[in-house]
Amino acid sequence: MRKFLAYFLTFWALAVVAVVGVAGLRGSTSRKPPLEFFSDMDHQPKLRPQTTAKFAGFADGMSSRLPVPGTVARGSAFEASEFNTGKKADGSFVDAMPVPVNAALVARGRERFAIYCAPCHGAAGDGNGVTTKFGMAAVAKFHDERIIKMGDGEIYNTIANGKNLMLPYGDKLDPQDRWAVVAYVRALQLSRLGKKEEIPDAVRATLK
Amino acid sequence: MSDIFPKWTNKLPLMAGVVGAVLGVSVLAGITYYFTPKYTRVGYQPKQPVAFSHAIHAGQIGLDCRYCHNGVEKAWFSNIPAAATCMNCHSQVKKDSDKLQLVRDSFASGQSIPWVQIHKTPDYVYFNHSVHVNRGVSCVHCHGEIQKMDEVRHEKPLSMSFCLDCHRDPAAFVRPNELVTKLDWKNEGFDGKKAVHDWKVQPGQSCSTCHR
Ligand code: HEC
Ligand code: HEC
Ligand code: HEC
Ligand code: HEC
Ligand code: HEC
Ligand code: HEC
Repeated sequence: MRKFLAYFLTFWALAVVAVVGVAGLRGSTSRKPPLEFFSDMDHQPKLRPQTTAKFAGFADGMSSRLPVPGTVARGSAFEASEFNTGKKADGSFVDAMPVPVNAALVARGRERFAIYCAPCHGAAGDGNGVTTKFGMAAVAKFHDERIIKMGDGEIYNTIANGKNLMLPYGDKLDPQDRWAVVAYVRALQLSRLGKKEEIPDAVRATLK
Repeated sequence: MSDIFPKWTNKLPLMAGVVGAVLGVSVLAGITYYFTPKYTRVGYQPKQPVAFSHAIHAGQIGLDCRYCHNGVEKAWFSNIPAAATCMNCHSQVKKDSDKLQLVRDSFASGQSIPWVQIHKTPDYVYFNHSVHVNRGVSCVHCHGEIQKMDEVRHEKPLSMSFCLDCHRDPAAFVRPNELVTKLDWKNEGFDGKKAVHDWKVQPGQSCSTCHR
């Protein structure tokens, strides 16, 4: 009995070592895709975004399709209005933004600016964002006179369609958000243009 | 009669009992340990076609997740950025790097880069990013500390019990909404219980919440 137990336990210990040796521990890093013991209905013949569509018959295999030329997606900004293009009917840029500017719009603009513009233009619009340390060159300063005098529509257009070395951000910001960012750029510019007299007395007293 | 079964066979039931018990317990332990997404998924780190590093882009440069995953607040799906997004910077930064060859090719041709998908729920599960990130649930709870990873690694099991652990009691997991993409945020005095109550956060627990 004792002998048998000894054999059995040795065998058992070897088996455990073998299993753990082959299968590894939980959470160990692996290049291989997750195991599926029972794959149930995990993979159904339906399209998921941004995958390779094997059954759909698209020549390039991409499940997320580009719009067919000449079509517009529902809800997308297709109308040639000032709101959507930042341009007047004659093609010149609008001077003042066609949306009401309020605290909520500027707050939204500030948040979007921090995500999409600050990496290059810097948090205060000085053109010294973090990427300039890594070789981003020629980033515009928003406090340049040229950009201060520029119509709102032209800044809007730069965001939507890019300009020279700057690529477009229209795919990341819908028209409302683009105007919000323009409003925040204006706020940044004004922050450097204020006069001492414009500061409320109570606040001015605390300044040195 | 006495010679048909030798004496040791008297212990046979005992031996069978011991062997059965040890084997049974071991097999059960093995199944509990291995037959779970905690083993099957966690640690998955495929080789990506481009050596893109979140540690550089999200950590060191400090890009917000939404700079690239810009659909995450609006859609169920969190998009992988197109090559055009990379080219915003890489048209100037490291513009001749070999590591970026595929990105430049993709930008020129419009063919997507064949990124390998890491996190995926089964097709019978309904998941939605926007409901979570607009309700103060951070990426870090479901994806781990991405901003420190050179290569993305599957950190969390994303099993049904993982989802439910939070859905049953989200108070410990919510934070102010504007901090959702600040993965290294530390809770200093934010009252999750109060937020859950005030914002009326009610993650569903019925089956039809996630299986519809
Ligand atoms: C990846 C870096 C980068 C990001 C991010 C970026 N820009 Fe730019 N931006 C540039 C560069 C570079 C220029 C200079 C373009 C040139 O003149 O060649 C520029 C120029 C500009 C100009 C001046 C255009 C002109 O008429 O000369 C404006 C206005 C502007 N950017 C606004 C924005 C706004 C608003 C955002 C956020 C939505 C933004 N940029 C995000 C790199 C960037
Ligand atoms: C510069 C663009 C960029 C930024 C910023 C960025 N990502 Fe990513 N992310 C990518 C790309 C490209 C991939 C696909 C390649 C990969 O998996 O590494 C990816 C993949 C991922 C994945 C894995 C996707 C899968 O297949 O399951 C997760 C999760 C993720 N990112 C989360 C984040 C989080 C959280 C942040 C913010 C801290 C962030 N990302 C910031 C570009 C970016
Ligand atoms: C906001 C600007 C920015 C964006 C957007 C961006 N990168 Fe980068 N990337 C950088 C910077 C800065 C570095 C670091 C360069 C250095 O270390 O000198 C870098 C480095 C890299 C490297 C290493 C290059 C090398 O030769 O060492 C790769 C690969 C890379 N990025 C891929 C990508 C991909 C893929 C995307 C799109 C999903 C992307 N990047 C988007 C700024 C950016
Ligand atoms: C409540 C959990 C949860 C949160 C919070 C969350 N994710 Fe996810 N994420 C998932 C799940 C589950 C998937 C797999 C979805 C699927 O089946 O395609 C996923 C997939 C992804 C993917 C891969 C998409 C693909 O198909 O390649 C990216 C990228 C991603 N998430 C980014 C983010 C970012 C960025 C955030 C924060 C802003 C975030 N996630 C927050 C659970 C979450
Ligand atoms: C860290 C916490 C957390 C985790 C983990 C989590 N959720 Fe949620 N979930 C929430 C919160 C908070 C809400 C928002 C409830 C609300 O809007 O009141 C929510 C909402 C949802 C909704 C929408 C519910 C509705 O009523 O329409 C779905 C679907 C959902 N979660 C699925 C999932 C799935 C699937 C997983 C696992 C992959 C998951 N969640 C993991 C916190 C979480
Ligand atoms: C919070 C979201 C959520 C809710 C609520 C939920 N499930 Fe699930 N369920 C999941 C996820 C995510 C998976 C996939 C788990 C995995 O892939 O590991 C799953 C998987 C399953 C599976 C397949 C398990 C397997 O491995 O084959 C069944 C069966 C199931 N759920 C039944 C239910 C029932 C019954 C209810 C109601 C009591 C329910 N679920 C409620 C998220 C949910």
